[in-house]
Amino acid sequence: MLYSEKVMDHFTNPRNVGTIEDADGIGEVGNAKCGDIMRIYIKVKDEIIDDVKFETFGCGSAIASSSMATELVKGKPLKEALKLTNKAVAEALDGLPQHKLHCSVLAEEAIRAAINDYYDKKGTE
Amino acid sequence: MKIMKVYADNAATTKMSKAAVDAMLPYLYELYGNPSSLYSLGQKSAEALQGARERIAVNLNCLPSEIYFTSGGSEADNQAVRSAALAGEKKGKNHIISTAFEHHAVLHTLKKLEEEGFEITLLDVHENGIITSEQVKSAIRPETCLVTVMYANNEIGTIQPIAEIGEVCREQKVTFHTDAVQAAGHIGVDVKRDNVDMLSMSAHKFHGPKGVGVLYVRKGVALSNLIEGGAQERGKRGGTENVAGIVAASVAFDESCKNIEQNTARILKMRERLIDGLLSVSHSILNGDRTSRLPGNVNICFEGIEGESLLLLLDAKGISGSSGSACTSGSLDPSHVLLAIGRPHEIAHGSLRLTLSEYNTDEEVDYIIKEVPKVVEYLRSMSPIWSDLQEGKKSYVIQ
Ligand SMILES: Cc1ncc(COP(=O)(O)O)c(C=O)c1O
Ligand SMILES: [Zn+2]
Repeated sequence: MLYSEKVMDHFTNPRNVGTIEDADGIGEVGNAKCGDIMRIYIKVKDEIIDDVKFETFGCGSAIASSSMATELVKGKPLKEALKLTNKAVAEALDGLPQHKLHCSVLAEEAIRAAINDYYDKKGTE
Repeated sequence: MKIMKVYADNAATTKMSKAAVDAMLPYLYELYGNPSSLYSLGQKSAEALQGARERIAVNLNCLPSEIYFTSGGSEADNQAVRSAALAGEKKGKNHIISTAFEHHAVLHTLKKLEEEGFEITLLDVHENGIITSEQVKSAIRPETCLVTVMYANNEIGTIQPIAEIGEVCREQKVTFHTDAVQAAGHIGVDVKRDNVDMLSMSAHKFHGPKGVGVLYVRKGVALSNLIEGGAQERGKRGGTENVAGIVAASVAFDESCKNIEQNTARILKMRERLIDGLLSVSHSILNGDRTSRLPGNVNICFEGIEGESLLLLLDAKGISGSSGSACTSGSLDPSHVLLAIGRPHEIAHGSLRLTLSEYNTDEEVDYIIKEVPKVVEYLRSMSPIWSDLQEGKKSYVIQ
C-alpha cells in the first residue's frame, strides 16, 4: 500500500470537513495549479480554537493531512496551535510517502494562515 | 459485503489471455533450450521463435525478417528513435519531428538526443488530440532525419492519421516511426497501408506477457544496437531470447488481431455508454476526439476535484482506473498529454481514465456509471474550489 492505515482512515473518514459560517479566521494555502488547495476555518473563544473545519482540493494525503491537522489543533490554545509542525502531522498519520510530505507542509501552513487571519482581523477591530 | 471488482485500466496493462498462457507454458517447463544451441532441444526453441516471428509478421503485413523482439515497448521506442537519429547524423541530418503528447519512452529519448546536439520539433496537438499530416509536412526540412508520431495516444486514446503522415514522410524521404503500443491488437495496423518504416508494440497491452516488445523495421531501413551481445535478432539485439514470452506475445497478438472486429463491436458499445454515463455528471468533459478514438478509451475531467483522491475512493469500491493528476505521477505537473490538448492545470488534475477490454462486461459498466458520480459528488462536497464555483466566486472552466 502507498499509504498507512491511518492515512487511509483520515482520507476515507475525514474529521472536521466543512465550513464555519461566521469564522473568526480563514486560512487558504496551495494553488490549483500544483494540485492541492487547503482552506481552514477557525472559531476562537478565549484564545482557544473552539471549532475548526476544512475544505481541501487535493490528493489522498492532502485530505488526510487536513483532517489530522484539524484534529491536532482543535481545543488547543492559539499559541500552541501555532507551533504545529508538518512533522507532527505526518507522524500522527504514521508517516507519509516522501513525495507526499509537501501535503503535510500545506496543512501546517493552512492552520497558521487561519490563526494569522484571526489576529489580523482582531487587530483591525 | 463482497464488492464488485472492475479492472478498467487496460491501457496500463492487460490480463493475459488463456491461449497466450497455454502457449508459453511448454517453453518454461519442457522446452527450455537456448535457441542458439545446436542440439534439438535448442532448435525447438529456435523454431518456436521463428514461428512467433511469422505469426506477428502476417498480422502486420510484413516479412518475418523485419521483426525484432525487445524487452518491451520502451526498448522498441528507444531503439527505433536512436537508430534513425544515428543514421541521420551520418548523413549530416540532425532534425527530428515528433509530437508534444508522445509516451515518455519517446519524449525522454528525444530529450537526450537534444542534449547530444539534435534539434527537436514537437508538434502542437489540437484540442481534439489529433495532429495532421499537414502539420508534419510543414515541419519537415532538408535536415529532418526522423518523424515519430504515436499511432494512438495512451491517455486519451486518440488515433492519429498514420497512413497520411506516412505518405508525407515517404514523399519527403524521411524515416517514419510510430509507437503503436496502444493501437496494435486493438485497431487494424498494416505497415504497408500505413507507410511506416518502423513500428513499436508491447505484448502486455494486448493480453500477452509483460517484458516483451516488438520492433518492426522495414527492410533497407538502418537499425543500430541498443544492446550489444550475441548474434540474437540478427545481431541487432543481444541477449538470450525470452522464448516463452515471445511465443505467448505472438499468440496473443494473433488472437487479438483475429478478433478485432468482434471485440470492437462489443467494447465500443460499452465505451459509448460509459462516456454518456459519466458526462451526465455536471461540469465534466471528455478529453480527446470521440470518434477517432481507441474502442476502449474513456478519459474525462471533472471540475473541482483531484484525480488521486478519486482513484483511491474508486479503488475502495473495487474499481481500478488511472488519472493524469500530478499526485499520481509523483511530479508537480499533471499529465503532459492533457496540458498538450490545452486543459488548464487545475482541470487536468481532475482527470479519470478508464480503459476497457473484451474482458469487461455490461454489468461492470453499469457499476462504474453508478459509483463514479457518487465519488465525484463526495469529493466536490469537500473541495474549496467547488464551493467557490457554486457560490459564484469563480467561474466554471467546464460548462
Ligand atoms: C504509447 C506507449 N508507448 C510505450 C509504452 C511502454 O511500453 P512498455 O511498458 O512495454 O515498456 C507504453 C506503455 O505504457 C505506451 O502506452
Ligand atoms: Zn498532494
